[in-house]
Amino acid sequence: MQPQDLLRPTPAGLYCPVGDFHIDPVRPVPRALVTHGHADHARPGHGAVLATRETLDIMGLRHGADHAGSTQAAGYGESLALGGVTVGFHPAGHVLGSAQIRVEAGGLRILVTGDYKRGPDPSCAPWEPVPADVLITEATFGLPVFRHPDPAAEIARLLASLAQFPERAHLVGVYALGKAQRLIALLRAAGYDRPIYIHGALARLCAYYESRGIALGPLESATVDRGTKGAFAGAVVLGPPSAFAAKWAQRFPDPLIAFASGWMQVRARARQRGVELPLVLSDHADWPGLTDTIAQLAPQEVWVTHGREEALVRWCGLAGIPARPLSLVGYEDEAE
Amino acid sequence: MQRFAALLDRLTLTPARNAKLRLLADYFSDAPDPDRGHALAAITRDLELPGVKPAMLRALVAERTDPELFALSYDYVGDLAETVALIWEPAPGAGPPPDIRLGAVVARLSRLSRAEAPACIAAHLDALDAPARFALIKLVTGGLRVGVSARLAKQALAGWGGVEVTEIEEIWHGLAPPYAALFAWLEGRAPRPEPQAAALFRPVMLANPVEPGDLDRLAPADYAAEWKWDGIRVQVTAERGTRRLYSRSGDDISRAFPDLIEAMDFEGAIDGELLVMRAEAAPGSPERVGSFAELQQRLNRKTVSAALMARHPVFLRAYDLLAEGQEDLRRLPFTARRARLAALVTGLDPARFDLSAAVPFAAWDEVARLLAAPPHDAIEGVMLKRRDAPYVPGRPKGPWFKWKKDPHLIDAVLMYAQRGHGRRSSFYSDYTFGVWTAAGTLVPVGKAYFGFTDEELRRIDRFVRDNTVERFGPVRAVRAEPEAGLVLEIAFEGLQRSGRHKSGLAMRFPRIHRLRWDKPPREADRLETLERLLG
Repeated sequence: MQPQDLLRPTPAGLYCPVGDFHIDPVRPVPRALVTHGHADHARPGHGAVLATRETLDIMGLRHGADHAGSTQAAGYGESLALGGVTVGFHPAGHVLGSAQIRVEAGGLRILVTGDYKRGPDPSCAPWEPVPADVLITEATFGLPVFRHPDPAAEIARLLASLAQFPERAHLVGVYALGKAQRLIALLRAAGYDRPIYIHGALARLCAYYESRGIALGPLESATVDRGTKGAFAGAVVLGPPSAFAAKWAQRFPDPLIAFASGWMQVRARARQRGVELPLVLSDHADWPGLTDTIAQLAPQEVWVTHGREEALVRWCGLAGIPARPLSLVGYEDEAE
Repeated sequence: MQRFAALLDRLTLTPARNAKLRLLADYFSDAPDPDRGHALAAITRDLELPGVKPAMLRALVAERTDPELFALSYDYVGDLAETVALIWEPAPGAGPPPDIRLGAVVARLSRLSRAEAPACIAAHLDALDAPARFALIKLVTGGLRVGVSARLAKQALAGWGGVEVTEIEEIWHGLAPPYAALFAWLEGRAPRPEPQAAALFRPVMLANPVEPGDLDRLAPADYAAEWKWDGIRVQVTAERGTRRLYSRSGDDISRAFPDLIEAMDFEGAIDGELLVMRAEAAPGSPERVGSFAELQQRLNRKTVSAALMARHPVFLRAYDLLAEGQEDLRRLPFTARRARLAALVTGLDPARFDLSAAVPFAAWDEVARLLAAPPHDAIEGVMLKRRDAPYVPGRPKGPWFKWKKDPHLIDAVLMYAQRGHGRRSSFYSDYTFGVWTAAGTLVPVGKAYFGFTDEELRRIDRFVRDNTVERFGPVRAVRAEPEAGLVLEIAFEGLQRSGRHKSGLAMRFPRIHRLRWDKPPREADRLETLERLLG
């Protein structure tokens, strides 16, 4: 069997003709396998969805319980038969419930990494290496300039700024699924035990993480009336980055804008967004992570999906590994 | 080095002045000598290191990185220093980089020969982490660009050490990196370093603007008046063979004005206005003074060509005498200093030095009448100086006033608004405004971001959000049509031609004077009105 008979790019996303399903389809399809709950990967309107319990729950929270005709939960490491193929979900270390998807048939193994990272994360199961003949890898941070620093050091910079500017509210931009909970868990691990204030858009997912046993400590709503502006002096306030440009942010005293994202490694990105304190905290593999994974799994072939495909394909070429870009559309690397 | 790199990273993204002052003061507290002194010198541009060319960095990185991967990365990052800092591969097997002290780095780099530079820079890049690599590259390629002026750094020092900034400025040019004696003084461990060198800067005395009611209680006879010229305020000092020209903030700008330096045949320190001369007009005649636009050709240059000096020669219009020979005159009353100044100036080259003329007056309303029709375009107003006042650094209230001509006012239409920074980061607070062309379209003529109250800011912010027609990143275009839009009354000090703006005009000190919610945009001013002002 040729790899493209098992999985091939189509306008709706990766498609498996043998098993008749799509992986992370960007438009409604009869049968979808979903790697994780981020909105560009987990869309509503499919006939049937197979994903981890957590991913299904997150899709339900975001799109309503009726987001798909039917759903089925897959446990990490289980093998399931779908049509003529075997599929398995393996931890991706990206966000709670995130999975890499293994597709096997006729002795050929393809691994779709989805979004993944290799570093430790107190808010989700750690990435596991899964041997494969063809590796379909993401490339969000697929440039050799991306080497993510130690998350603890980034948290230390946030805490140092709080000590240095105790009268300013520190508004930290985070995406609602994953980054918010990871940042909170990292702050708690660093010994920060004061209440953390969260924008309404983060509340449901934080509560869901807690229900899955990820302790986030005291969280309070960042919604207040004008009278208590002073209460936010020196507070950590988390919100989606879009909220910081909105009138919502006007309630905080002399806000100091921070942003937790892998993109913050590039100063121009911080400057464009008016970020005063960039925190380089990524839920994706950095360049050493991407290249180490390819070297470790030693696949016969690499396909590169969304991100900076060109550089990773070039690296594979230099390493003597056949590689090609898939140029899938519909995945937004801004939401990191 | 890590601490210094972290400071630079914070400074470059911190817009608010007070926050910058705190970042600097905390750094001066934490960092040891001589690191903090070298950091200070780097910020005030007093650190002399042999320059490294970008081409050398490219060559170093090319030895370790695939050119195609480098090109893709540079294309993405957009800044060579940052790309090199991020992409640099530490030597394989190296552990976490040790914290190399800034002092050690500066000591090593300052003795660097051209031949050993590449290997030495590469070794340093190997030993540093990415933020420190970026700081190092900025140090050796010149120009930190962190938005901190030398003056602001001195203010941070003053605030941290609990002294007046003028006390630091007065000794600054006698000090050298890494400023151990300065830090010892500011930490209370040693007396203030005594100025040793010749021709040091003396902190300048500044005037307060005349506010309504200020003059009612003052007797006109106690004050002398002279014109306030639209050049740049400078101090020229010549002592024991050393000649210096300082800006009013104490920057040594001698090298850009050798034509004036050459004519400084005196011993002492003169406070005056640097002006461009129109050589064809006789010395002392009103036509002698060139425009500020002409003077600007000579400003912000490290050196100057003979051709430029011939085209725009400069001269000094003397206001005050701070020292003569070894004698400090600053404690004398103004009238006594002025008499000494007049005598000194008569002995100087009249083409390069003249005395700022006294403007006689008997009553305050007479000054107001003079201001309504000043005899020269380059006059911005009148200076009022108390006859018995000594020369006191800073801006003491009472002895000196500046009474400016009324600013020009125009009605313009708000076209674009940009979000501000810091306290204003969620408000649209930077405004681009325009006037009507003959063709009936709006053309931008300036930008303003102050002159309004917090309440007015909230109202404009709401207007911008409710009337956005297009977005470009942090900028919004707002509705600006003859019948719908917001008219801003703009005050400004002057106009000059500018090739950089579509309107061909640039304003000096534009600010929002009033919000004209009542006025329809069609009644705003026209470009031809502004062009008439240019004459």
